[in-house]
Amino acid sequence: MRFGIINITGLVIIWLLSSYTLKHQPRVLTFNDFEPHLHLQNDTTYLVNFWASWCTPCVEELPAFERVGEEYGHQKVKVLLVSLDFPGQIENRLVPFLEKNEIRSEVLVLNDPDANKWIDSVDPSWSGSIPATLIYHGNDRTFHEGAYTYEDLKRIVEQKMKVK
Amino acid sequence: MKKIVLLGVFSFLALSFVIGAGYKVGDKAEDFKLQNVDGNYVSLADFDDAKGYIVVFTCNGCPYAKAYQDRIIALDKKYKGKGYPVVAINPNNVDLKSDDSLEGMKKRAEEKGFTFPYLKDAKYEVYKTYGATRTPHIYLLQKESGDLVVKYIGTIDDNYQDAAAVQEAYLANAVNALIGGKDPNPNSTKAIGCTIKEK
Repeated sequence: MRFGIINITGLVIIWLLSSYTLKHQPRVLTFNDFEPHLHLQNDTTYLVNFWASWCTPCVEELPAFERVGEEYGHQKVKVLLVSLDFPGQIENRLVPFLEKNEIRSEVLVLNDPDANKWIDSVDPSWSGSIPATLIYHGNDRTFHEGAYTYEDLKRIVEQKMKVK
Repeated sequence: MKKIVLLGVFSFLALSFVIGAGYKVGDKAEDFKLQNVDGNYVSLADFDDAKGYIVVFTCNGCPYAKAYQDRIIALDKKYKGKGYPVVAINPNNVDLKSDDSLEGMKKRAEEKGFTFPYLKDAKYEVYKTYGATRTPHIYLLQKESGDLVVKYIGTIDDNYQDAAAVQEAYLANAVNALIGGKDPNPNSTKAIGCTIKEK
């Protein structure tokens, strides 16, 4: 009986630990697997932000995305942070960054080194520098290379929500 | 008179737009005179024997730029003797990235053993004229009857993570094409890179 309790306690602890780690454990996708995230046809407005934890202007604009995600989260607005951190730096850099900054938006890692093959599929006007962001609702798409402010995001999201 | 003024304004606007867009393949590129990490000023015209140039916009801190610097050194060693030397330019605003000062560049050049000039775009003008938006960003130029013609714009190869896993060496293929008297194909590629830090 006592062993049973210890076992259960142990299992609960393992479960808590793993769920905590998993929360900040982003999925790693190739562009083919990631691409559907750029074309979801439903009543949600998506903010897809391309960033990396080592990119200063990207990190500076993250709070704006977090804030919009939080404020509009109950209104069918979803923020997706697409990290371009190097595969070797996910465990020792990206995950600790997400934990330290308590990032709540969904994060996934896009690991597909031949970016020349897929940059145009995100948007033909993208030269490839980050940060870059695609905001879309159905076929209404706005792409921007460079950082956004909270006010920019709010304006674009509200406009997209109104148009629908 | 009014019409002429309007026309003037319009041409100016049109021209500014063209300048703002940077170079495309086939455009004539301007030479520049920028300070090297050794203190001397360097222009493309200083390379008497060059048939063309591999102009690389790069910097000290960007992980993508750094991942490619060994490969840039290898390209310089391979192609300098064939008439296509590397000329690297650091375009980042020093007020935003203090590590990208001439002093920081000197350190980076020494650490890596750069075999090519590493120049500071101190007025932040050259990268705008070229239209570079990220580091690394390559412009391959060819001398043609006194002009510098842009022959290839883009990235170095198709795998920033692992030089050994490269399938398509875009830049080397482009230089080889020029050496063989052909136009590069593809003549333009894209890659993820760090935004050039500008105010």
